[in-house]
Amino acid sequence: MSARHATRAVFAMCVLAFSLRAFAIDITVLPNEELQRRYQALTHEFRCMTCQNNTIADSPVGLASDLRRDVAELLTAGKSDDEIRAYMVQRYGNVILFTPPLVASTAWVWMFPVLAVFAGAIIGVVIVRRRSRLVATDDSIIEPEEASR
Amino acid sequence: MNRFLLPILVFAALAGVLYVGVKHSPDKSTMVSVLLGKPAPAFELPVLGDASRKFSSRQLAGRPWVMNVWGTWCVECRIEHEALLAIAHQDRVPIVGLNWRDEDAAALEWLSQLGNPYTVVAVDGDGRTAIDYGVYGAPETFFVDANGLVQYRHVGAMTAEVWEREFASRLPHGGMP
Repeated sequence: MSARHATRAVFAMCVLAFSLRAFAIDITVLPNEELQRRYQALTHEFRCMTCQNNTIADSPVGLASDLRRDVAELLTAGKSDDEIRAYMVQRYGNVILFTPPLVASTAWVWMFPVLAVFAGAIIGVVIVRRRSRLVATDDSIIEPEEASR
Repeated sequence: MNRFLLPILVFAALAGVLYVGVKHSPDKSTMVSVLLGKPAPAFELPVLGDASRKFSSRQLAGRPWVMNVWGTWCVECRIEHEALLAIAHQDRVPIVGLNWRDEDAAALEWLSQLGNPYTVVAVDGDGRTAIDYGVYGAPETFFVDANGLVQYRHVGAMTAEVWEREFASRLPHGGMP
């Protein structure tokens, strides 16, 4: 692909991405910019329980719009972000949060990547060590064609 | 052989984790209500067909009751309607209908055409009571015991089997009428 084609492709993807965004128009307006910013952030944190893999910010389902309304109302009433999260969890459980909280039942979700990286590092070290030991003990003559490579 | 044993074991373990994850991903029918064992949220809503009257959940304090969340826009609700009528016919427990995000005229027409299994229908036009109950899709059916605690939530169409197993069995006189 030429550079020009690549640029066009990227441009087309951007246009597509923005046009997709346009389907999720949320016209909620809050009294000030700070509340509006928190509203945007919070509505992207909660799962639309009906469609599961959408946030309530980008779901067209009626329940999602009801939950957005609740978020807007609670923000206007002066509730903190944590109070609004608690409001949602009290009704729908932790499953409504896209980022699971660190509690006993979800600990492995948080620990697994760390453990996996450690396990990978240990395996890597073991393999490198074993191979370097092989080189040290290998006194076979290097084949001519291999040496000439 | 030994060379392949560890990778195969790791692969099997990972496949196992992913299988369990996919199997138990928040599935509509397996999500357990966080309200179980907790007091049923109180509500006061207009009565369908008579907006001047209000229905308060406190009217049912001290006795078990069932709440069925429905709407005329909900296909599964139509499927479960026959079962609800049969259950209502047994007349063992009050069934409160929560008409969720619906239009009164459509709801009244539905009941006059298909029959009315409900003791009373409360109109939850803006969906606030449904949210208090953690409803995420109709139909959902809740069992509230005589102490006002939510004891069970069924997601999806009610059937005679589900009713006997999860609802009738929780009534003071047990499974059989």
